[in-house]
Amino acid sequence: MRVESKFLNRILYIRPSGEIDEHNATSARKEVDTLAEQYVTLAQQVVFDLGEISFMDSTGIGFLIGRYKKFHRYGVPMYIANPSQATDKILTVSGVYTLIPKI
Amino acid sequence: MSNYMKLEIAAKSENEGFARSAVAAFALGLNPSISELSDIKTAVSEAVTNCVVHAYASERHGERKILIECQTEKKQTEGGFLHITITDYGCGIEDVDKAVLPFFTTLSADERSGMGFTIMQTFMSDFSLKSEKGKGTIVKMTKEIGVEKEEVRERADA
Repeated sequence: MRVESKFLNRILYIRPSGEIDEHNATSARKEVDTLAEQYVTLAQQVVFDLGEISFMDSTGIGFLIGRYKKFHRYGVPMYIANPSQATDKILTVSGVYTLIPKI
Repeated sequence: MSNYMKLEIAAKSENEGFARSAVAAFALGLNPSISELSDIKTAVSEAVTNCVVHAYASERHGERKILIECQTEKKQTEGGFLHITITDYGCGIEDVDKAVLPFFTTLSADERSGMGFTIMQTFMSDFSLKSEKGKGTIVKMTKEIGVEKEEVRERADA
């Protein structure tokens, strides 16, 4: 799993690419949490760009909600951008957008 | 005309991608749409993940294997059905009714969403679950292929 990021106008953009399943969630978690620790006190909001995610199952839901909780603790709101049709379906079914709105 | 395949894999997370891709490749014979295919991949991924994370969580299981069987059933007209059976020989599920509830998980500390069975039920046309404590679990799922309206169908093989 590759994770790209940029910090612009106090917004932290995180763009993971590839597949999020049980097998690679651990490395994604590690990478994103390193970024989170670095920027959590500086960022006003976090945007997860899922445009490069080719597959995601419910492990991805746990992953996103886990990151949401981390940022939420610091009062930093989190958003989701560019989900594919398949990713959008799983996020809708599981109600993720009620916690992490889509922009 | 029907087709059949049987796949036995070690219950390792690195096999999840292989398992869902193999089932998806097998399903291509039914000419599914892209969204039907991605529903199948997601459901298979959920079932296989359950085997890896839950069924064989304890160390005492010697042979950690997952059996995946698929059967196609073609309709006389367009489309058909893909029947998938995923069997493990792991610890079994204590309370099946509870396990299928949305957000129910026995591993909440691990960032588990508890949505696996809900997603299998939602993404597939038919779903059933049989489990025996200490013996294992059998998940049966069917996806009806070709039910989407023709104009919105995007061929997966296009």
